[in-house]
Amino acid sequence: MSALSDNLVTFAILAYLVAMICHAVEYALGNTRARAAAAPARELVGAGVGGGGGVPVSPAPVPPSAVADRSARRARIGGLIAVGATGLAAALHLAALVTRGIAADRMPWGNMYEFVLTVTFIGVAAWLVVLWKRPSLRKLGLFLTLVMVLLVATAELVLYVPIVPLVPALNSYWFVIHVSTIVFASGIFLLGAVPAVGYLMRAGYEQGKRSFPYTLAKRLPGAASLERLTFALHAFAFPIFTFAVIAGAIWAEAAWGRPWGWDPKETWAFISWVVYAGYLHARATPSVKRNVATWLAVLGFLTMLMNLFGVNIFFTGLHSYGGLD
Amino acid sequence: MTVVDDRPETAAPAPRRRPNRLLALLRNSWRQLTSMRTALILLFLLAVAAIPGSVLPQRGISPEKVNEYFTDHPDLAPRLDRIGAFEVFGSVWFSAIYLLLFTSLIGCITPRLRDHVRALRSRPPAAPKRLERLPQHAVLPAPAGGAAAVAEVLRRRRWRVEVRGDEVSAEKGYLKETGNLLFHTSLIAVLIGVALGSWYGWSGNRLLVAGADNAFCNTRQQYAETKLGPRVDSEDLPRFCLRLDDFEARFLASGQPEFFNARVTVDGPDEPTRSGDFSVNSPLRLGGASVYLLGHGYAPVIRYTDRFGRSQISDDPFLTTGDMGLTSEGLAAFPDANVDPRTGRRAPDEQMAFTGIYLPTAPQQAPFVRSEYPTERNPALNLVAYRGNLGLDAGIPGSVYQLDQRQVRAGKVKEVGTKLLRKGETWTLDDGTKVEFLGTERYVTLSVRHDPGSTMLLVSCGFLLVGLMGSLFGRRRRVFFRVMPADPAEGSPTGGSSLMEAGGLPRTDYPGFAEEFAQLVAAVSGDRADASADSSDRTGVREGTE
Ligand code: HEM
Repeated sequence: MSALSDNLVTFAILAYLVAMICHAVEYALGNTRARAAAAPARELVGAGVGGGGGVPVSPAPVPPSAVADRSARRARIGGLIAVGATGLAAALHLAALVTRGIAADRMPWGNMYEFVLTVTFIGVAAWLVVLWKRPSLRKLGLFLTLVMVLLVATAELVLYVPIVPLVPALNSYWFVIHVSTIVFASGIFLLGAVPAVGYLMRAGYEQGKRSFPYTLAKRLPGAASLERLTFALHAFAFPIFTFAVIAGAIWAEAAWGRPWGWDPKETWAFISWVVYAGYLHARATPSVKRNVATWLAVLGFLTMLMNLFGVNIFFTGLHSYGGLD
Repeated sequence: MTVVDDRPETAAPAPRRRPNRLLALLRNSWRQLTSMRTALILLFLLAVAAIPGSVLPQRGISPEKVNEYFTDHPDLAPRLDRIGAFEVFGSVWFSAIYLLLFTSLIGCITPRLRDHVRALRSRPPAAPKRLERLPQHAVLPAPAGGAAAVAEVLRRRRWRVEVRGDEVSAEKGYLKETGNLLFHTSLIAVLIGVALGSWYGWSGNRLLVAGADNAFCNTRQQYAETKLGPRVDSEDLPRFCLRLDDFEARFLASGQPEFFNARVTVDGPDEPTRSGDFSVNSPLRLGGASVYLLGHGYAPVIRYTDRFGRSQISDDPFLTTGDMGLTSEGLAAFPDANVDPRTGRRAPDEQMAFTGIYLPTAPQQAPFVRSEYPTERNPALNLVAYRGNLGLDAGIPGSVYQLDQRQVRAGKVKEVGTKLLRKGETWTLDDGTKVEFLGTERYVTLSVRHDPGSTMLLVSCGFLLVGLMGSLFGRRRRVFFRVMPADPAEGSPTGGSSLMEAGGLPRTDYPGFAEEFAQLVAAVSGDRADASADSSDRTGVREGTE
């Protein structure tokens, strides 16, 4: 079972890779389509700020020539294959988690490897939900699959540990409550960081910047819809994260005799929480520019990464369950 | 999420007769402090200020690591220490940031609280003259009941409704601001809970060896270390005693722990006599304190028979060295050994001590320094015997778990042999005295604590969450309906019957408002079938920009 899980992870990485390549193909071929769609996209920016509902589907572009039409159709097919491959990858990813859980006879969140695997799965599953509701955001998939390939491959190559049972300190129903919510919120924050970065590039592009990172955003959805998605994901994840931190404190009280002790993990969770609270404030304040606010969201995600990787690797604390000695 | 900043920061103060510059400065500073920008900067500073607390060792968490840091960085450490870098979360600057932040918070929410209470009591405002200017607008045939019928539909959907003649104003989503205020107030309550805990709380740590002789009582002297809040005296500690009756631990084949349970008997004037079980993750809750299991180990029982034939027993705990197999190190000291029973004279140079390594599961062959498994499959005690003046009378504080090396270096204590003892074995020393390894007792490491702020903390965290959800997902919005005067002159599509105009205004960022508005309009005009369907692109409903 354990070996099966390991193989499934490898296959999932391959499927993410395929999805990423198909998205890239769509990106490369989407040239003409993007140009034709540029005008409506700009309109959308204006509409998005107000009370407009969601992302209006841009009207079909008028292709300048049959060649462009064919290439646009190919791009679209590339995009659809990419989505299919992402779905397949997510299914393999889930199967890897389930088999790992069965092999270990517990929830697969006992060490850093399993943790990263679960967080990335939540991220991709949430992405599929977003995609289902807002198909027009598809092109963001290139960035998402890139993140997936990087993180899941890091998990497999660097963080991998064989299955061991939980130490008694983790053997508590609080383990399920605290860790599942942390994992869930982290997954959504992970997904939220993708449109956040996308927005920062796209907003620059829409302002006429044509240098390196901005040009990457040429074919991304409009800045306003990316920003809106960023906020929606963070607003969704933040209360869950808050709950998870509180649950952690309740557990810490039972296990270590104090709800909060500024252990490195706790400290970084506090930092992330404060940064994300700062993001929500900044976004709610009209005098703060949207890109400043969005930078805070990106910063928030960096602090989450720091907590996940940095704290497990560089610091020792009570939360030393990373499995890397 | 567009904030409705009702209090413009630069509002010109009303002209006063005697402008007081100090007062103006104070007012301005207060306004600055309670502005959102300041709050943001303080939040950011708080996050940055917490970072050194995770990078540098902290006294409150690992004092040994702080000492280590001092030896490793003799130049840097004292300087860091002076700015409180080893006690970040109690440092002046960290406290200053959060106290300012909370002052800002109070200054921010007090006026909002007042405004919100006022808003809750006031009625929805009159409809603006030109409804078509609102972000949402529709024209529909007026329902038979007119304004009253519309009001009825709205009320059923839990809008707060005000009818003024032919006009209906309605508002919904006060929950957003209620939640937001609840959330921020809870933050203050959390801080108060933390403060209560640190002022009135106390804690103590110690080892407890199994057996009636080793019972301890909850007084300050009986702990290895204690921490009392500034408002707690030693006499305030509840009086009870604890005895470890049994400790059970199970391990997997790999040596990884799987299960712990400690059974104790509690009694004393402040606690009813009873026995209780506790474990990692499930502390023993007493009336005035909780007892937490932090660790466990073995206390070898060693009997020493001196040259006068008198026996003494030591069952001092041996501390685990941190490996999986519970290899433990410790000291069995017999300062009263070799006292002549007839004269009662102590021979200070004839004191005995044994340092040792205890291996619950000793390997088959030497070296006998590392245990292979945490339970006692092949217990062995590797002892080194010392004779001389242990220095225990000199009044120099030394560790109970280590031989005073100063005495060894000074030649006052001499090593007299080493031996590996199995359970029950006896070792006869050069002077004919005997040491026996009788077996072991279990011991546990305990933390006994009381935190009077924890209930407040828990309750305010609950409110905090509820408030946060209200704040994030609540949506304040207004709708207006107005029956338009019938215009019989023109051949209108409705055949002369009266029309109604509707307008909607989301007061906070709300992407789904167009949809809700359309449904509302449909419900009011009576076509229920349509009301549930996605009607955002119905004709007549205009999606506009603010
Ligand atoms: C201890 C520091 C603080 C923390 C952790 C904190 C946290 C939060 C969080 C997480 C939100 C998000 C809820 C939402 O977006 O609706 C929020 C909203 C808000 N906070 Fe704070 N806050 C703090 C201090 C302050 C201060 C000092 C002010 C006033 C200057 C303030 C004013 C607001 C306002 C007006 C909102 C509503 C934004 C909106 O309309 O959504 N907060 N706060």
